[in-house]
Amino acid sequence: MPDHKINPNKWIELYSDYLFNYTISRVSDREIAQDLVQDTFLAGLKSMKNFKGEASERTWLISILKRKVIDYYRKINSIKGKAEVRMSYNSDTDSEGDWLEQRVADPFDKTAEDSMQNEELGDAIYNCLSKLPQKQADVFKMKTIQGIETEVICNELNITASNLWVIIHRARTALADCLKENWFK
Amino acid sequence: MIPCEEANHTCDKTQYKEATLWEKIKLNMHLIYCRACRKYTKNNTKLTNTIKCSKVECLDKHCKEKMKKEFDMALKEHSI
Repeated sequence: MPDHKINPNKWIELYSDYLFNYTISRVSDREIAQDLVQDTFLAGLKSMKNFKGEASERTWLISILKRKVIDYYRKINSIKGKAEVRMSYNSDTDSEGDWLEQRVADPFDKTAEDSMQNEELGDAIYNCLSKLPQKQADVFKMKTIQGIETEVICNELNITASNLWVIIHRARTALADCLKENWFK
Repeated sequence: MIPCEEANHTCDKTQYKEATLWEKIKLNMHLIYCRACRKYTKNNTKLTNTIKCSKVECLDKHCKEKMKKEFDMALKEHSI
């Protein structure tokens, strides 16, 4: 018996932000990241019958997304058969390393370790967010991650300001507790 | 003197820089004698800093809606 069920109807609500956050830390372009996430969902839908239920839906989707990110880099690097790297990395052109091989993460690079920890922290935050009721998570994300003004959120979701603050308060309390359990140990 | 509820509300607003100076003064006076709210303020500030340094990102609403529309279409085709 499979341990995990698959239900694509809820994918966008449940995983799109998580997958997007995963992608943006790897391709650093919002539009491309969005496309890759969408591609992942569509590919997942097509190969649903291959889902064995050994891993959770989210893990399974991430494994598809990983391939998509690799394919993306492969594609932009092989345009017109050129083997050159066509990534637009940092702007300081006179720094050494024009080739992808020279650009892979240096294991002794401090910043690489930092960003790895950031990725893990991002995962932890999204894990905690996924435990909140949908509305709390939505309001919290809009207010805290996107930094949208209180008034705009209220209009968009049709809630009062005091309503919003109650939701924010609950979300913050739950998140602080969850991160305390799972991150600050 | 303000009750704890109001103190926590001000504390939440402070996390988004939306509390007025007077509100912040009242909060700080409350914190002098209220241990529970001091703890809440500490955890709340920690949460703000954690989120900030994690640089998490999420999709905006319109983009998600667009995604959902496209995906629902594919879903319909898939089920046929």
